[in-house]
Amino acid sequence: MSEHQEHIVSPKIYLTILIVLLIGTGATVYAAKIDLGRWNIVLALTIAVTKMTLVILFFMHGKYSARRTKLIIASGFFWLAIMLVLTLADYTTRHAEPSRSQLAPVRKLEPQPGAPLSA
Amino acid sequence: MSSSQQPPLSPQPAAEQQLPKEHYLNATYGIRSWLLTTDHKRIAILYLISVTFFFFVGGIFASLIRIHLLTPSGYLVTPETYNKLFTMHGVAMIFFFLIPSIPAVLGNFLIPIMIGAKDLAFPKINLLSWYIYLVGGALVLYSFATGGLDTGWTFYTPLSSIYSNSAVTPAVIGIFINGFSSILTGLNFIITVHTMRAPGMTWFRLPLFVWAHYATSLIFILGTPVIAITLLLAGLERMFHLGFFNPAYGGDPILFQHLFWFYSHPAVYIMILPAMGVISEIIPTFARKPIFGYDFIAASSIGIAVIGFIVWAHHMFLTGQSTYSALAFSFLTFLVAVPSAVKVFNWTSTLYKGSISFDTPMLYGLGFIGLFTIGGLTGLFLACLGLDIHLHDTYFVIAHFHYIMVGGAIMGYLGGIHFWWPKITGRLYPEYLARIAAITLFVGFNLTFFPQFILGYLGMPRRYHNYPPEYQVLNVMSTAGASILALGYLLPMIYLAWSMRYGKVAGKNPWPSTGLEWTTDSPPLTENFRETPVVGWEPYDFLHRPELGLLGAVSKKPVPAHGDD
Amino acid sequence: MHRTGELYGQFQTLEQQKESATLGMWVFLITEILFFGGLFLAYTVNRHAFPTAFGVGGNMLDLNLGFFNTIVLIASSFTMAMSVWSAQTSRRKAVPAWLIATLLLGSAFLGIKVVEYKQKFDHHLIPGHNFDVTYCSRNQVACGLGDKEFADEQKEIREGIEAEKAPRMSEEEATVALNAHAQLYFSLYFGMTGLHALHMVIGAGLLLWLIFEGFKGRFDANYNTPVENIGLYWHFVDIVWIFLFPLLYLINRHLA
Repeated sequence: MSEHQEHIVSPKIYLTILIVLLIGTGATVYAAKIDLGRWNIVLALTIAVTKMTLVILFFMHGKYSARRTKLIIASGFFWLAIMLVLTLADYTTRHAEPSRSQLAPVRKLEPQPGAPLSA
Repeated sequence: MSSSQQPPLSPQPAAEQQLPKEHYLNATYGIRSWLLTTDHKRIAILYLISVTFFFFVGGIFASLIRIHLLTPSGYLVTPETYNKLFTMHGVAMIFFFLIPSIPAVLGNFLIPIMIGAKDLAFPKINLLSWYIYLVGGALVLYSFATGGLDTGWTFYTPLSSIYSNSAVTPAVIGIFINGFSSILTGLNFIITVHTMRAPGMTWFRLPLFVWAHYATSLIFILGTPVIAITLLLAGLERMFHLGFFNPAYGGDPILFQHLFWFYSHPAVYIMILPAMGVISEIIPTFARKPIFGYDFIAASSIGIAVIGFIVWAHHMFLTGQSTYSALAFSFLTFLVAVPSAVKVFNWTSTLYKGSISFDTPMLYGLGFIGLFTIGGLTGLFLACLGLDIHLHDTYFVIAHFHYIMVGGAIMGYLGGIHFWWPKITGRLYPEYLARIAAITLFVGFNLTFFPQFILGYLGMPRRYHNYPPEYQVLNVMSTAGASILALGYLLPMIYLAWSMRYGKVAGKNPWPSTGLEWTTDSPPLTENFRETPVVGWEPYDFLHRPELGLLGAVSKKPVPAHGDD
Repeated sequence: MHRTGELYGQFQTLEQQKESATLGMWVFLITEILFFGGLFLAYTVNRHAFPTAFGVGGNMLDLNLGFFNTIVLIASSFTMAMSVWSAQTSRRKAVPAWLIATLLLGSAFLGIKVVEYKQKFDHHLIPGHNFDVTYCSRNQVACGLGDKEFADEQKEIREGIEAEKAPRMSEEEATVALNAHAQLYFSLYFGMTGLHALHMVIGAGLLLWLIFEGFKGRFDANYNTPVENIGLYWHFVDIVWIFLFPLLYLINRHLA
């Protein structure tokens, strides 16, 4: 079955995307220098995902590709998401003590007069 | 017309049948024509030889394990050596036999023919896959020879990455490299099924064997890269003392387990899905009925592949993972049993009111259905959190996965080898001897592994070189079974080899069965078809294909393809 | 031996051949997503556990070089896309020209990476026996730090050590802990950027082949599959860096 679509993307679009990507890079560096607490990483990743989407849609012709190709791209990310989300689901729901260095000193058992030895 | 032919119920080729003059085996001669071939059928034979070799390697380790376990404080080997035995048994069998076996041998040979193509989409990459497999295998053999491996095939850190004194590094590099062989095979299959189907061969006319391999290839593509990076990290950690999985550096051994099982659980579906595909071909043929619920079997193959990716942490229930995580994975593990059950119901329904004969492939097929069902059900026991606390790391787990991998996958493999042997070699194997071998294998298998369910239930831990004396009787039974099982494996190797020279010439369609591969010569031409077939019939159409020599079939006009690809 | 552009024996039509090649490249890129994905998972889990140590490590990377490299790589994606466009519109001479531009930009990227890696080596930031995240806070001249930079560095290390202190942990033990966790960061840094660089080297090799074929005038509107597919690969490598840059270089820059 013919999937072949010779849709030629114009250099004007490529140039526009290039400029947007460069602006995005500048923005992400600028934003990194402002203290937004835990939103720094969210903003940085949002910009990164946007840049990636533009590269896929336009530079890689994703927007003009067959449905099958779009499904393949989406599946790749979906599987990555499975790996990240389900693994983090374990780590973030453990309610364990905050992770400290494993090098915390071992408590010495000093026998007190009259007291049991147990820690 | 069908009245002039007497389609046989058992293979009885006409007395004057000759092998075709020209076929893929005699098309060219010489070692170079084999080692540099791009013919998918020859590559399949190359794989057949190599996976059989690794099967022997794994089998020797299994024999040593069973002999050692004849006595409670086994005297055969030291505890350290025992650790190496079960590790090397697992590594050889899983990575170098079970995972490649059906896809690389039967898949490679049959998929292009089944879809009406001349070869796979990328024949040179196919050959490259085989060489990559050899390189990986050589490194692992080197590891076996220079100190062995004692970490378990699961390579848990920090034992594998720091403390083990065995030859871990070459082994993980070898398995890493071997992963690319799988990835390239999977890639080749996916592209081939998408782009190389003959006119009229729509998705829902594909043999279920092809659907099963498509689903398996999805797992190859999405899972194998993760084991690759995981083993690479473990190897780098071992070589450069990095610290990812080392608690002294703040690293986390459980991270290794998450990464490892993300692949290794879907890997077990890599091992079983192709076998299910084989069974879906064998059952309709020897029941002489269209398969029941084609759409559901096809969909369930994809379902198993997808759901199989979200259950991995059921291997980690006892690691201290979060309770909520364990709950989620337990539930999802119950869910993954559903598509498998769908298949079992459909195969069984296919048998109902069929005209059944017990040729060797059918014996393997029926054995598969029974043993896979037992193995699968016992998986549900393990999916249950409360039960798993007691059963984890016991022989119950070992019995569970051997029921599926040996009772399931290997029986599927052998069934497929027998079923398509006439196509691959042009000759028939000796039927009665083959049936005896199949029954021997079945008996030996159950005697080996059923006692292990009981042992596990009673609490015998796995990967232990010794055990309390009260477990001895069951262990002796298991070892006795293993010797019968070994006989069941050796017999086919002997008579199949014999048949290549002395077997009766088979003809195009000895069983007979539907499917494009049975319209080609036995053995087929290098380019498979003289002219590209145009498919005008539905799959497993035993009622309407008189040209195949099917009993009682009536002619029907070929139907052009409906729907899109 | 087949010339590029001829119909291979297993295919029926050139269109089928092109379709297969492109689909094959996309499926291969999916495997690469999962391959890098394992490293991203390791990064996420470890950063979640040791946010301060990761911040300390991240601030030791040269932001200017990282920023420059990101620009370079994005530009190389543009030139690669232009090369594909040239082939699609039969501008045969322009094809290798744009490819050479891509190769030069990619080489610039790799050159800068070498500079960065050398810097890490000098600053005792290569994971292993000599790893010492506190080195630059104690050796102003050897690390080439200005006075303000040196003071910032010391402050950062001190804060990192504070964050690592568990109850009843001594200063020494906390320093060892910070060092251990920073080493995790740098192991990931080298692992991820190293794997990325390896992919770029392979990409450079593929570009060289394309340039040779391009000079022979092989690529035009009728046949440009290799340019397109190697372009896909190159864009993918760019996308990986689009994520590596913020994750490795921009962790706690507001504190620096």
